[in-house]
Amino acid sequence: MLPTLNGRIQTRIFMLVVFGGLITLALTPILPGDPDYRTTYLILAAVLVLGILWELVYHVIQQFRWEKDWPTLFGLITAVNEGALVWLLLDLELVPGIDYPSDGVPFWAFFIDFAVIWVIIWIWTNGPMRVPFIRWRFFGGRIV
Amino acid sequence: MIDPSAGSVVPTTDPSTYLPAQPISGDLTDQMLQTDFWTDDLVAAAGIPIVDVPFVTVGGGIGSFVTVDYLRIAGVPTSQMRVLSTLDFPWQTYEYLTRVSQVPRPERIRSDSASRPDNIWGFPSYGFAEGVRKFNLKVLWGLFSEPIFADYYTPKAGNVFEQLERESKRIDYDEMLVKGLVRIVRRRYGGGYFTILTPPEGASATKRVAFRSQYVHLAVGYPGLKFLPELQRYRTENNDYQHIVNAYEAHEHVYERLVQKPSTVLVRGGGIVASRILQRLMDDREKHGAQTNIVHLFRTYINGTNDGYGNESDPRPGGGRTRVTMRRRGANGWAYQGFNYPKSVWGGQLKAQVRNLEGEERAELYKRMGGTNTPWRKSWQRQMNQGRREGWYNCVVGTVDAMEPSGSRILNQVRTAQGVVPLEVDFVIDCTGLEADIAEHRLLKDLLDHGGASRNPVGRLNVDRSFELIGTASGSGAMYASGATTLGGYFPGVDTFLGLQVAAQEIYGDLRKRGFCKRIGPVRSTVQWWKWLAGSTP
Repeated sequence: MLPTLNGRIQTRIFMLVVFGGLITLALTPILPGDPDYRTTYLILAAVLVLGILWELVYHVIQQFRWEKDWPTLFGLITAVNEGALVWLLLDLELVPGIDYPSDGVPFWAFFIDFAVIWVIIWIWTNGPMRVPFIRWRFFGGRIV
Repeated sequence: MIDPSAGSVVPTTDPSTYLPAQPISGDLTDQMLQTDFWTDDLVAAAGIPIVDVPFVTVGGGIGSFVTVDYLRIAGVPTSQMRVLSTLDFPWQTYEYLTRVSQVPRPERIRSDSASRPDNIWGFPSYGFAEGVRKFNLKVLWGLFSEPIFADYYTPKAGNVFEQLERESKRIDYDEMLVKGLVRIVRRRYGGGYFTILTPPEGASATKRVAFRSQYVHLAVGYPGLKFLPELQRYRTENNDYQHIVNAYEAHEHVYERLVQKPSTVLVRGGGIVASRILQRLMDDREKHGAQTNIVHLFRTYINGTNDGYGNESDPRPGGGRTRVTMRRRGANGWAYQGFNYPKSVWGGQLKAQVRNLEGEERAELYKRMGGTNTPWRKSWQRQMNQGRREGWYNCVVGTVDAMEPSGSRILNQVRTAQGVVPLEVDFVIDCTGLEADIAEHRLLKDLLDHGGASRNPVGRLNVDRSFELIGTASGSGAMYASGATTLGGYFPGVDTFLGLQVAAQEIYGDLRKRGFCKRIGPVRSTVQWWKWLAGSTP
């Protein structure tokens, strides 16, 4: 992918709202530990907000690449650092608005929801997204 | 026929609207050549028959093809467009140039997986399609891990041509193709343009045919290739076209000779073509036992990180060394880069940046990210390392002062940092690929002289962000250009597959605003993609 900072942020918001929203809607009732919608959507919102901050970091890293690109592989493996940070904040009960259960947010519920969303967004971004939006890839991932 | 005073050209392509062929030859007159704006009467008086069609594209190579492909997908019927070309099919010139420069159909070209001139969406990419169709996990892993753990995936030339053929049939390209050489494009008094075509002999009752159109698109490709002056001089003075060849002309005889007789070859240039030629020379050593000695002459020897100005410490405007954020890898003489531009010129940061730069600043960024370069490929590195170890691949850095015959060989006087060194070789293969000036193309020169066109900061045709040729508007008509002739504009990668599609998208967008085609919104785009997949007409 060849994102500009603006495009990165727009694409991320679009993807997390559309795919993140739909997948969370479908998955929440069947996740282990029985989290409620309020919890899963607040976690999704945390992923989105932190993600925008991560994009600033990635943008700086990208400046040191001659091609100013963002290899496909990077788009997948950044799930590790981003997921770990969100989980850490959940574990420390620092994500606001959540009614933390006594034994904490169920890890596997978070892991499954996060991983499914990430992989689907990653696949969609690396191909099918170009079908409905023909300008998207030539404009750094900008949607508007 | 249309009303000569009409402000725009109304599309009528019915053959009965052709002017009857006049008894005179129907050639350009002196009065026409001296007039910047032609009236309908002027053309008719010369006896040149007029064909009305709203959109013509001149060139008929891949640039014309991707542009009409976009417009067909945007709902324009074939009757509204004509491709004026000397080529039988769009990839004809491209295939010739790749073949002689040692990329026959089974070899891979230097192009990104998602740069598909036969598919405006770039999905599925060449690599994904190849990986899935043949269930080739190596290809899929390469796509996933490039460029970190694998060389960039690049498509096979043959596959590119086959897919272009499929798309060309799908959009009924042949219905739009009119064979002939375009001699001149002039603005029409009252709006639109006249494009004068010289059809093949016998194809028309008159020497010329005029296409009267609202829109003209020019995609005539490279104006021409130039030889290094000392090579050209040697060839003409000694009438020797056998031992000194350009990589872009047919030179199979050189390789045939090298397999038969141990010889020394001088390869000049440090770009992708030099890499290809070296690969062929080294493949022939491996596979056919050729005993070729290779001397590789670099003008600029890259020995580490670099940018378009050269090595780290080479002089650059404003002084200093390469910027930490603008540094390319390099070694052993070569500057390494996956494709012919840094990847983000096709849609990322560099594209966005250049789009907002003017004049000197734009030229500076072009220079900084430019420079001759070639991809780092594992197989090429292995071959070159073996050649260095075994002593049959050697590099020289410098320029050639003089060349003279020495028996059946060629004696080069090479100016190096250590002084002038004599170098006797059997063959010289020029891979420097110098491009001729746009004014050497008759049609472009005429546009500069009579059509209102101008040059951009790097000397090519000056186009705006929508690829309209600045200064050539005619009434409500517009003239566009894409491809190599427009290098130096607001978008850098023009002379590439993806660059032609970027241009086509901009041209489509501008034409949509003018009401020539439909909008390709998310719904139309998706429906059209399924049609592409199914192979049905747009």
